[in-house]
Amino acid sequence: MTRNNSPSISDRRGFFAAGLAALTGLFPLLAGLGVLLDPLRRKSNEAGRLVRIASLSALPDDGVPRRFDVITDQVNAWNHRANVPIGAVYLRRTGEFSVEAFSVNCPHAGCFVEYRRTKHNYLCPCHNSEFGIDGSIQDPSSPSPRGLDALEVDAEKLRQEQEIWIRYQKFQAGKPEKLAI
Amino acid sequence: MLKWIEERTGLGTLLRGALFENIPGGARWRYVWGSTLTFTFFVQIITGIFLWMAYNPSTQTAWESVYYIQNEMTLGWLLRAVHHYTANAMIVLLALHLMQVVIDGAYRAPREVNFWFGIGLLMLVLALSLTGYLLPWDQKGYWATKVTTSLMNQIPGVGKEVEQLAIGGSEYGHHTLSRFFALHAGVLPGAMIALIVGHVYLFRRHGITAKKPLRKPDGWFWPDQFLKDTVACLAVIAVVLYLSLDTWIWGQGELGAPLGAPADPTQPFDARPEWYFLFLFQLLKYFPGELEIYGTLVIPGAVVLLIGLMPFIGRWQLGHRFNLAVLFALLLGVGALTSLAIYEDSNPQYAKNLQQARETAARVKVLAQAPPEGQGIPAQGALELLRNDSLTQGPKIFAEHCASCHRYDGHDGLGNKPEEAPSAADLAGFASRDWLSRLVSVEHIATDKFFGNTEFKEGKMVSFVQRKVANFDEAEKDQLSKALIALSAEAQLPAQRTMDRNDAGTIEAGKNHLLDDVGCADCHQFHFEDEDLTAPDLTGYGSKSWLVDMIGDPEHRRFYGDKNDRMPSFLRDGILTDRAVDLVADWLRNDWFEPGGDLAQ
Repeated sequence: MTRNNSPSISDRRGFFAAGLAALTGLFPLLAGLGVLLDPLRRKSNEAGRLVRIASLSALPDDGVPRRFDVITDQVNAWNHRANVPIGAVYLRRTGEFSVEAFSVNCPHAGCFVEYRRTKHNYLCPCHNSEFGIDGSIQDPSSPSPRGLDALEVDAEKLRQEQEIWIRYQKFQAGKPEKLAI
Repeated sequence: MLKWIEERTGLGTLLRGALFENIPGGARWRYVWGSTLTFTFFVQIITGIFLWMAYNPSTQTAWESVYYIQNEMTLGWLLRAVHHYTANAMIVLLALHLMQVVIDGAYRAPREVNFWFGIGLLMLVLALSLTGYLLPWDQKGYWATKVTTSLMNQIPGVGKEVEQLAIGGSEYGHHTLSRFFALHAGVLPGAMIALIVGHVYLFRRHGITAKKPLRKPDGWFWPDQFLKDTVACLAVIAVVLYLSLDTWIWGQGELGAPLGAPADPTQPFDARPEWYFLFLFQLLKYFPGELEIYGTLVIPGAVVLLIGLMPFIGRWQLGHRFNLAVLFALLLGVGALTSLAIYEDSNPQYAKNLQQARETAARVKVLAQAPPEGQGIPAQGALELLRNDSLTQGPKIFAEHCASCHRYDGHDGLGNKPEEAPSAADLAGFASRDWLSRLVSVEHIATDKFFGNTEFKEGKMVSFVQRKVANFDEAEKDQLSKALIALSAEAQLPAQRTMDRNDAGTIEAGKNHLLDDVGCADCHQFHFEDEDLTAPDLTGYGSKSWLVDMIGDPEHRRFYGDKNDRMPSFLRDGILTDRAVDLVADWLRNDWFEPGGDLAQ
């Protein structure tokens, strides 16, 4: 048998063969798609969980923020660990039974914000965002799109048990709105 | 034989095809950059595979396996250093290659596609650097990468999803590392190989862009250009080896590539990217909140686009000059931003934080060594070593919770000198012989080192020292000093272990003096019980359990009872955890792990 014309990829049969081969090539990619996209299904295991941080007496009434570790259960893929430090918060006493809690992570890009005793404010050591003692943006040229993320403090536990419990959450960085992860 | 191989494989033809490439105007040094980049890529692949044999990507094993490569495996530090510094060299070589291509106008038709392949390769190398930075899972890589992945969130529409896919969930964890590793060792090198094949193929198809005017007659790639390329590669090796070995040559600093302390989301770190990303880092500082996207995406994206359009811009009459101007403006801008970033970090606070981070890293490496030199890394990871280490954790806890009243040798435990005066005792050397002899002395007891700024300033202890002790005769002074030696021995301080052992006789006598002669037992209990004595119990004074109980609840009647002056009950009121109190107590007692020392027992 001899070939009388050379095949072209643009004729119908060629197009069909090429399309079929492309699909075949996609096969392994499709097989992995589930695992690739699996993280989209994972919700933060910390979302909205109440965590005990310290007793109220741990916070002096000088209005100076203190840093505390957030110690709670951690889910890290296949590992479940009880009582491990998973993050930190700043707590500040604002009244006899009122406490303000801020996430230590800068809302700009997640760096660890530091309280400066000398200036009585917060500074992000990465891109120099400055936050007032109430968490608001202090320097208007700060790259952070919003003030420090306040965390909800359980008022009832504070008043009745003199214990500081907070709803430990993380929020999306770089957005002007405070959106929980 | 050669003929047999040639007939079966065509190897000779292939080789001749590869080596006998025409070089218009002959071999030149300016053509070496592409070859050095191919060479460094191979170095990275090969050293990367060796590292892969020993690396283990999970949050409890990444730092640990890198530590093991670096410190325990034979010449592991050298392998890691070569991989690290070759990555650095690649960035420099890429910049040089890009400069050469743009200056020589090698982007012009018909080489547009090859130019874009080159830009693609540049992006891939940057992505490899970025993903590789996280893999040791030290503080530096962790916090810097956190910044990068947080910025992904700013991509309009799909930012959150992109971030989640990159970090393998909503939080950093095992899957962040396994994903970054898969990208670093699989996806990105694979893509690079594909692009390099295309890049070299297109390069050979269109031939070299010769620098005009041609200085010599045409030459072949082999052997002249080949030799020049090889010499250039050797120079790269020399630089990489120098960078890898410089601390070894000069005998100071850590061997090879740096490795910080293990990543810890609870410990601050002044995150900085690798030096070649500092300009992007600095750029972010100039855009307030809502305009931030210009710094993260718009400007960098526009610059890459502008470079990508160079082949088209170059067609205009003044296009090539414009491209050159763009190139030098970019280099200037990058240089200026990088310098500014470095300049802004030349402040004492940054230097201090950096120093502290280095000390923590050095300490954890001591602890991580196999016993008896170290403690060995537990299955939960090296962070556990650090979190249980009183030498590093004690001062932090002290600074946060004790230093608002107390001092430690005049500072807050971490070396900062608070502005306000202390309002409680300076606890450096607490319960040691020296500390006690100063406490019970007329000159010191009422100073701010002891009771000077407390409610006890005019209390019984101070007046006892000022009125009675001040008038002790020589015999009584001798009894007091023995009593204080006995009291100090109660603490069983590791630093005084030998002294205490040698002074057993003095201690025995001192105990009796303390009970019967010098007057302590009039107010304090000491190995006897008497409910009427309200001053702190001296039984086991300064020992670990005494100190833990004291910090835990100073209002207990064993200690200050209702006379307690402001000191919080750190355990009773749940202010500190048991572990934190243990750590600060150990630290005050100078009781921490020392390699090979008998403190370890």
